[in-house]
Amino acid sequence: MSSMAVHSLWTTAAEPLDKIPAPHIEYTQLSPVLIVIGAAILGVLVEAFVPRKARYHSQLFLSVVALVAAFAAIVALAAGGYGSTKAQIAAMGAIAVDGPALFLQGTILLASVVAIFTFAERRLDPADHGHKVDSFAAEAAAVPGSDQEKAAVKAGFTTTEVFPLALFAIAGMLVFPAANDLLTLFVALEVFSLPLYLLCAVARRKRLMSQEAAVKYFLLGAFSSAFLLFGIALLYGYAGSVSYATIASVVDGTVGSVNPALADTMGNDALLLIGFAMILTGLLFKVGAVPFHMWTPDVYQGAPTPVTGFMAAATKVAAFGALLRLLYVVLPGLTWDWRPVMWGVAIVTMLGGAIVAITQTDIKRLLAYSSIAHAGFLLAGVIAATPSGISSVLFYLGAYSFVTIGAFAVVTLVRDAGGEATHLSKWAGLGRRSPLVAAVFAVFLLAFAGIPLTSGFSGKFAVFKAAADGGAGALVVVGVISSAIAAFFYIRVIVLMFFSEPKADGPTVAVPSALTTLTITAGVVVTLVLGFAPQYFLDLANQASVFVR
Amino acid sequence: MSFPLLTVTAAVPAVGAILTAAVPAARRTAAKWLALLVSLATLVLAAVVFVRFEPGGERYQLTESHSWIKDFGVRYELGVDGIGVALIALTALLIPFIVLAGWHDADQEASSKRWRPTQGFFALILMVEAMVILSFEATDVFLFYVLFEAMLIPMYFLIGGFGDRAHAGSDENAAAQRSYAAVKFLLYNLVGGLIMLAAVIGLYVVAGNFSLTEIAEARANGTLDMATNTERLLFLGFFFAFAVKAPLWPLHTWLPNAMGEATAPVAVLITAVVDKVGTFAMLRFCLGLFPEASQWATPAIIVLALISIVYGALVAVGQRDIKRLVAYASISHFGFIILGIFAMTSQGQSGATLYMVNHGISTAALMLVAGFLISRRGSRLIADYGGVQKVAPVLAGTFLIGGLATLSLPGLAPFVSEFLVLVGTYARYPVAGVIATTGIVLAALYTLVLYQRTMTGPVKEEVRSLPDLRARELAVAVPLIAVLIFLGVFPKPLTDVVNPAVRHTMSDVQQTDPQPAIQTVEAAK
Repeated sequence: MSSMAVHSLWTTAAEPLDKIPAPHIEYTQLSPVLIVIGAAILGVLVEAFVPRKARYHSQLFLSVVALVAAFAAIVALAAGGYGSTKAQIAAMGAIAVDGPALFLQGTILLASVVAIFTFAERRLDPADHGHKVDSFAAEAAAVPGSDQEKAAVKAGFTTTEVFPLALFAIAGMLVFPAANDLLTLFVALEVFSLPLYLLCAVARRKRLMSQEAAVKYFLLGAFSSAFLLFGIALLYGYAGSVSYATIASVVDGTVGSVNPALADTMGNDALLLIGFAMILTGLLFKVGAVPFHMWTPDVYQGAPTPVTGFMAAATKVAAFGALLRLLYVVLPGLTWDWRPVMWGVAIVTMLGGAIVAITQTDIKRLLAYSSIAHAGFLLAGVIAATPSGISSVLFYLGAYSFVTIGAFAVVTLVRDAGGEATHLSKWAGLGRRSPLVAAVFAVFLLAFAGIPLTSGFSGKFAVFKAAADGGAGALVVVGVISSAIAAFFYIRVIVLMFFSEPKADGPTVAVPSALTTLTITAGVVVTLVLGFAPQYFLDLANQASVFVR
Repeated sequence: MSFPLLTVTAAVPAVGAILTAAVPAARRTAAKWLALLVSLATLVLAAVVFVRFEPGGERYQLTESHSWIKDFGVRYELGVDGIGVALIALTALLIPFIVLAGWHDADQEASSKRWRPTQGFFALILMVEAMVILSFEATDVFLFYVLFEAMLIPMYFLIGGFGDRAHAGSDENAAAQRSYAAVKFLLYNLVGGLIMLAAVIGLYVVAGNFSLTEIAEARANGTLDMATNTERLLFLGFFFAFAVKAPLWPLHTWLPNAMGEATAPVAVLITAVVDKVGTFAMLRFCLGLFPEASQWATPAIIVLALISIVYGALVAVGQRDIKRLVAYASISHFGFIILGIFAMTSQGQSGATLYMVNHGISTAALMLVAGFLISRRGSRLIADYGGVQKVAPVLAGTFLIGGLATLSLPGLAPFVSEFLVLVGTYARYPVAGVIATTGIVLAALYTLVLYQRTMTGPVKEEVRSLPDLRARELAVAVPLIAVLIFLGVFPKPLTDVVNPAVRHTMSDVQQTDPQPAIQTVEAAK
């Protein structure tokens, strides 16, 4: 045998190289994400180069301008038909630009703007050593109670890094519901999760609790990310691709080409089902569905309240967006497999959240469990597996995020010597001391409870109607029962605020600056408008309810 | 486009409520007068509705229809039939008296500059009025549901926020009981409402829209066919909510708490006005949308109504607290109303509608005068009174007339309606008619024993200095008694309006009156 022939056993002649194709990026369609990422990077530079005194204002200005500009870009795209007729896959198949994506991104951006206002609030705590203080630690790296921390407080340091961190998180959230392949999904998840872990850890008061919350969130979040990643690997083994469209066609059995390296595994249903279950676990963790909800109360309670509000609203929107896309785009062929599982999850989530909330004595924990129950209601809409299921979930997410941010903004106002007075007993008689604040909070609670003429009712009606239409009547009954249970604890808080005598050493209600006032006003206005006249927004959600594939 | 009379009738108290709430804290009296004026203006509008309504005309008149939430198939659709007209008139008639009777109920000391209890009290009453009137007008199931649920919130604040100061225990104890009553009220009604929500959604899935007229028409001409079980389940969902509101035994237990702890005018608002929405909705929605299921459920509902009548009356006999006594008496009376509705005869349903109106007025008379009495002595316990008629004869006299109306004395309005209900029931269900009659006997017992123990006998020491009715209180009691007597001897204006509507309802359920067994002489010829 000639050496030539032997050699050809383990080598082949290389084909002449094609030019490496340059990735084609549709900058216009991706502009909302790019604006926010750009602003986040600029924010980092601001931290590095702008003098300490000017940082707060420049960061706030930069964040708000970027978010508003990104929202304007979304509106322009939607007006240009990218939500409907011109819906397309951008960035080499990585990102979908379609109705649901634009609707959810718009929701996330609007919610983020009002949430950023609460980040920037500096009027609630009295000035410390002559420096205005916000909700964040003077120097997050200093050990709580140490001399270093005291020095930082005395010097008037502030953690203005929260603004670029929030912007990075927002950028990740914008990509998450638009991700059109599993790797982009994972990258987006990490991009928004890591800044959130950090944001949870930087509370000014109760710092140990805040750090504990961050560690819990990080550990459990990392765990769920691992699940997600493992699931992605298995699905790749099943379909030979991470792209949603390809996986969907393999599931449907319409794919032609087989990747020879994966010939043994491709089309193996065990891989599909296990991989899918793992991805679902990762996403359900982020939406806070039972039984993956354990982190929610601790993290909501420990995190700085503005961050809690932001996280509760925006994360939920992003995660439900991703869940919808995954179930409706990748796995429509598997509807009969995932529906029973999701039925179970939805039922235990609705009931679990509502029942456990009854025993809570801390307002932030109570709102955390209530957010779990609401995740259950949303899942009921997801399960409908109809276009009205998509639009109802979109509408519900929009309605819910404003109620949530508004409610947490009110929580930041009620304060005593130790910072926010979150224990429920301290809220007794608040309605007599500050009727306006208590009335506003009551509006939010009634919206959570789904009382008619609030956005909560419109949203709940929309998802329940979709679920009933989609043949999940039993789920509607469970939803109605858990609404009744949930109503009990919302009403308990109202009773406490209005019908109990105020305590002598009760908390005071801080008078906020225009920033928080704006947030709360926006929350109330959206809650009432979506309650009285939801038609325009339902139309919007309807138009946005078609996924591109 | 014609003048939206029905919308305006509901909008006047709603706007009035907002204006009243906006009156500055120091101008307490101005808020009261404003509320009174608004309620009188609403009464005028209700009178216009009553006059403009033509009993012989279309079933639903003065209709309005606008798109509201297209996506849910929801329209803002209003229209009144005779039953609605009568109940709007009742509501508009009672609110001025409730406002007047509650004139000083919310004069709490302001604990902060921004806390405005008086303004809030009257604003909430007007808000309830607006929602109740609109719910009597709604011919869209969803619109009705929204109002049915939303009116709980102002009611809840009225019960929980403005309790009866005449309480046996300490202040703290009173506050605890009051908020217990308010929460119990809200939870019972909210659970009922949420179960109805499931049925409302179910109805939409089956029918595709919420218009009462369209659904009824589609059902009548056979284009909308419901499976028997579906119809029954939906019926039960609706009926449950209305039975909680009405309230029907065994869902009644919130009413004595709520009426006992609320101030007398608010108690009247609950039982005489808001609860009527429940019985009204049984007629309009249960019978109108689910005729076959209604007939299927009739035997069970009649049994529950009979239990309500007898049980409510028996428990009323045993009460030691004046307001709780009236509450249990009301439960007994609601039993009569529901019995009349489900007897499925035209006398029964006409009687039930009249009963709603008359019970509203007679309970208002009795309860408001009882409230005046309680506010004088500061106690709700019957045992704390005695010989009041010697000290305050006018108060005792008006109380007696209210009581006699409650026991359906001939010559007073409730007699007419109770008689019609019994006749209508007897024609179809003789045994039920006989059992229901015991309710009248027991009513005589609890009313007269109440009067005897509080008003007659030796004058108790604490009662000796009680003043008689003041001018404001007379202005409440006298007109109500006048209306009771007027409708007792001349119910025709009311029956003229109600009877055609009842004929429509009867044809909804495809029922005709059973022929009397003994034929008249003319018929025999």
